[in-house]
Amino acid sequence: MTVAAELGLQSFVLLRLGERRFAVSANQIAELVAPSRIFRFPHKTPKLEGVILRRGRIVPVCDVSEMLLGKRLTSRRFYLIAVRNYGTQKEWIAMPVTGECELINAEMMAAVESDAPHVAGWLSHDGDVIEVLNLDALTPGPEHLLAEAAARQRPEARP
Amino acid sequence: MRLAAPAKPSSAKTEQIILFRVSGQLFAVSSASVQEVRSADSMPGAATEISATGLRKVRHVLRRGDRSLFIVNGAMHFGLHAAEGALLFVLRKTRTALLIDGIEKMTTMTRLQALPLSFCHEERQWYRGLTALDQTVVPVVHPEGFLSPEELALLDAALLQTDNSAAAAFEETDSSQ
Repeated sequence: MTVAAELGLQSFVLLRLGERRFAVSANQIAELVAPSRIFRFPHKTPKLEGVILRRGRIVPVCDVSEMLLGKRLTSRRFYLIAVRNYGTQKEWIAMPVTGECELINAEMMAAVESDAPHVAGWLSHDGDVIEVLNLDALTPGPEHLLAEAAARQRPEARP
Repeated sequence: MRLAAPAKPSSAKTEQIILFRVSGQLFAVSSASVQEVRSADSMPGAATEISATGLRKVRHVLRRGDRSLFIVNGAMHFGLHAAEGALLFVLRKTRTALLIDGIEKMTTMTRLQALPLSFCHEERQWYRGLTALDQTVVPVVHPEGFLSPEELALLDAALLQTDNSAAAAFEETDSSQ
């Protein structure tokens, strides 16, 4: 057993969006790549900018800055390519980030009920308390459509 | 983390496609889905105006014997800047004639990749998938995706109303003579 495992530490990738840092579980990260050409075509899914071509795969680019920071960031230095779960299926998504990423080992505190759905937990690093992101809740997917439909139906259900 | 290799296309077989533009945006359609290409200039004499509430993308209908083909403005369908449209694609096995800007070229697609699951709204009906051609990604449209069954029902109702109004007007003229 490694020291990290003994201490209950997990690996996380710290990413930077503007002035803030967020964490994603390292086992969800595929790679960090330089920005490449985005191919845009008409669609109706919010937060999706288009797609990039990466190693023969077509990878959707999902801008999470507005949801996390309340504003869109125009500058970007890298795409963090992560694995997103869709039920039993897994697919790559690319998230624009504004700075270098860092791999750390830390102990995660689980999220509580009052935390936003995109918060998987919290960790303390370098004097900062950092949100660990739940990519399945943060990025669009079929389950968001179901949630939107349910939200639309809710007001009608009221007497 | 390793992912399984992207799903291989159903087979290595190639597919002939037509690349076309709508409001400057490039799309692809299987050439087997296109029954006929017509100039939009031929429309005024052949098409009848139609107006279905809440469905601005269809303004005209083409009559072919007992069949009606609804002319879908591609720009409006995809939410692009309105364009006049110069060509009509009559799509096989559908009731759609698609108004487009023009044909870019015909080419061969070797691989159709499923639309990533992040795309979860109407575009899943619009596109069969995406294909990479000459370092560009092009969405491949679904011929049946331009008009949903609900929209077709709405258009059929509007068509019936138009026909009834025309018949009533004809009867009125006839009786006054």
